[in-house]
Amino acid sequence: MTERYQLIVIGGGPAGLGAAIRARENGLSRILIVERDVELGGILNQCIHNGFGLHYFGEELTGPEYAGRVTDRLEGQGIDIVCDTMVLSIESGAEGHRLCLMSAKEGYRFLDTKALVLAMGCRERTRGAIGIPGTRVAGILTAGTAQRYVNMEGYMVGRRVIVLGSGDIGLIMARRMVLEGAEVLACVEIMPYSGGLARNLVQCLDDYGITLLLSHTITRIKGKSRVEGVTVQQVDASLKPIEGTEQDFDVDTVLLSVGLIPENELTRAAGITIDPRTGGPVVYENKETAVDGIFACGNVLHVHDLVDYVTEESEEAGKAAAMYVLGQEKEHPEKLEKEAIDVVAGPGIAYTIPQKIRPAGESEKTRIFFRVRQPYKSPKRLVLRDGEQIIASSRRPYMAPGEMEHLMVNQHMLEMIKGRTLVLSVED
Amino acid sequence: MVKELICIVCPQGCHLTVDEEKDCQVSGNRCARGVAYGKSEVMNPTRILTSTVCVRSALHPRCPVKTDRPIPKKDLLRAMTLLDDMVLVPPVRRGDVVIAKVLGHSCDFVATRDILE
Repeated sequence: MTERYQLIVIGGGPAGLGAAIRARENGLSRILIVERDVELGGILNQCIHNGFGLHYFGEELTGPEYAGRVTDRLEGQGIDIVCDTMVLSIESGAEGHRLCLMSAKEGYRFLDTKALVLAMGCRERTRGAIGIPGTRVAGILTAGTAQRYVNMEGYMVGRRVIVLGSGDIGLIMARRMVLEGAEVLACVEIMPYSGGLARNLVQCLDDYGITLLLSHTITRIKGKSRVEGVTVQQVDASLKPIEGTEQDFDVDTVLLSVGLIPENELTRAAGITIDPRTGGPVVYENKETAVDGIFACGNVLHVHDLVDYVTEESEEAGKAAAMYVLGQEKEHPEKLEKEAIDVVAGPGIAYTIPQKIRPAGESEKTRIFFRVRQPYKSPKRLVLRDGEQIIASSRRPYMAPGEMEHLMVNQHMLEMIKGRTLVLSVED
Repeated sequence: MVKELICIVCPQGCHLTVDEEKDCQVSGNRCARGVAYGKSEVMNPTRILTSTVCVRSALHPRCPVKTDRPIPKKDLLRAMTLLDDMVLVPPVRRGDVVIAKVLGHSCDFVATRDILE
């Protein structure tokens, strides 16, 4: 037996919740959220630190509070929710999409939907992804796994800790481990700059006197059954370890904060085009993927540093999904596709979201989100060009890869475009 | 004494120097907010403290908490010890006071999520 929904949202974190609520507000009545954990809220539940919501709610909240605020909005909306359930596959046909779901309670079942929002989030890169030499011992965890153990399950993961990578989760966990009584000997970063937010460098490392070793990496992990120590070496400009710079640290735990990967196995299997730069689907200005009626938002689309932006992005996706279902799209998408303009990441830019804009699409304004490839300490100009013509330009006093930027493009600007591509670049 | 800090008011991250002998004069800032941050950071740095406490729940063994106002930085580790012996019993509601008047300051530890069973 199959049931038919107007919209199914895969993932009950901030992205999925934002999309479902906004779709409801825009007129959909049969919506389902599928979550694989036992409760809604996603990774916010384990991010017990504060600093969330300054932008969206105008106040500083902790992760669980932000999740609570968002789930409160579900109250009385009549949105169906299933937790403890995995989506195994997506099959798209002329009538919509059929999902195969699996749970201990309900077993194996199929559900049909007209539209779909992908909001599966991301996962952490592991030791295997970066290939640290040494023995395969206990005590090597991703920072997020340690965060779940310590903050939700109540297990202490180590006493003498070194953190590899200076991403925000690594910095946050360095502080957390100190507060819980561990000693954090250093935070080691292979790049000559940190990937984390400046406020986290100050409040997590400086506050607790934790050393940040830039241009360094762990070159060996030692131990028999548990980590007994690591060797750290300085690296040269091509990131190769420099001989003679070895220093040993007596630690029992290594926490890895070495990047996040959008979780797109389902997306790939459904035949949706993936952008190798973001690791997420290629999307149009309304967050629709290459497959008709499938939208994507949040960390499954590209890794964000602020949940506030995830909420905003998911609201756009939810609204667009509602308009798709209710048949309010101005023109047939195939016709729009012919008019789509490619947004290209030019010099200095790592990627853009969206990758394609349909000038005749729904959105009056499109925000192009992007990251720069390297830190810029002096003022630079961001320039969006259509051939030789400048469509938009904006000056930034400072930019860093760790902080996502955006540029606003309105309908009027899009109407001026003559070519098929827009190039965004960093210029003097 | 001259202290060096990184301003965290905005993403620019100005490198500030604050001279304690000259009435906490701030330099290296690119805007007025840097002056205010530099002064308070040297004269009385404060932080919101977040952690967890034990809760008698099968599904959620820990309940996240925070100080509802910033507390002096020097008191952070001492405030942590107050949470050690605390055991909550459900239902716990977001905003419930877990420990009132943390170390005599005018702030409380409050729960930051609901734990209903």
